[in-house]
Amino acid sequence: MSETQALPMPHGTGSSEALRFHVPGDHHPENGTLLGFWLYLMSDCLIFACLFAVYGVLGRSYAAGPSGADLFELPLVAINTSLLLLSSITYGFAVLEMQRNRQRATLIWLGITGLLGAGFIGLELHEFAHLIEIGAGPHRSAFLSSFFTLVGTHGLHVTFGIVWLITLMVQVSQKGLILENKRRLMCLSMFWHFLDVVWIGVFSFVYLMGVLP
Amino acid sequence: MSAHTDTSLEHGDGHGHDDGVSHSTLKGYMTGFVLAVILTAIPFWLVMSGGFAKPTTTALVVLAFAAVQIVVHMIYFLHMNTKSEGGWNMLALIFTVVLVVITLSGSIWVMYHLNHNMMPSMMHDMKNLP
Repeated sequence: MSETQALPMPHGTGSSEALRFHVPGDHHPENGTLLGFWLYLMSDCLIFACLFAVYGVLGRSYAAGPSGADLFELPLVAINTSLLLLSSITYGFAVLEMQRNRQRATLIWLGITGLLGAGFIGLELHEFAHLIEIGAGPHRSAFLSSFFTLVGTHGLHVTFGIVWLITLMVQVSQKGLILENKRRLMCLSMFWHFLDVVWIGVFSFVYLMGVLP
Repeated sequence: MSAHTDTSLEHGDGHGHDDGVSHSTLKGYMTGFVLAVILTAIPFWLVMSGGFAKPTTTALVVLAFAAVQIVVHMIYFLHMNTKSEGGWNMLALIFTVVLVVITLSGSIWVMYHLNHNMMPSMMHDMKNLP
């Protein structure tokens, strides 16, 4: 951009006037990775919006099968919610340690985050297995199809988040907290907190409103 | 060309230490966490203790708590503000929120009326049409 600054206008009145395409002293990001990742998250948000809309339309079509009030176990959902919320704050602690360039503490907090995420996935798989076992699988009714699609897509996101987390832990332990790794950790931070935001919608819209008569 | 080197040096200085790293604080995370716990616990307690007499009221309260909690997460965990990335983050978010609202309300609205208009009695009427 400084080259264009130095370039004189083609039919300029004088060499003192130069073309400029930015406000001097204005803060503009050096690379757009975080912005690009944010745009990806927004498109992911649209996927979840469509799945929420499907659940909103089909969520009460039980086909004479079991309803949400019959199936959902709220204490289990409460434990799941607290696991995900705790994993959000532990990732926050990892980011804080990363800012202080303390590699070991960052890795420990990342590990705790991964364990909490794995606990969340484990409980969700347990719930799914139980539902399928008692004959309330995705084939039972439109309600259960949309339920499994929405909650399953979220669970799949968390699973890949854990895979990404482990990859980053290996990279940080090998290369240290270099600038590239910090950028990657910030991207995963956005991804992880975003999944927590989606889960707020899931537990409110699907579970809590699902058990209401 | 001396101006060129000056500018690039200045840029390197300005961005070297904070590139790709937002400025999070322990206070911010803890505030967000405490608010999130409260905003999660209240709707769970409300529904598990039976809720209001009218289920619609309970549903609306649960949705309101969810909306507030989403805003809390956006501010304290995702560090949303009007300044980040020169305002483009916020612009993309507003655009997405508009699309999400259209998708959700539009789908539910249209499908509700579709169900309503395809009642069995209507089907019976349609059979009698020429």
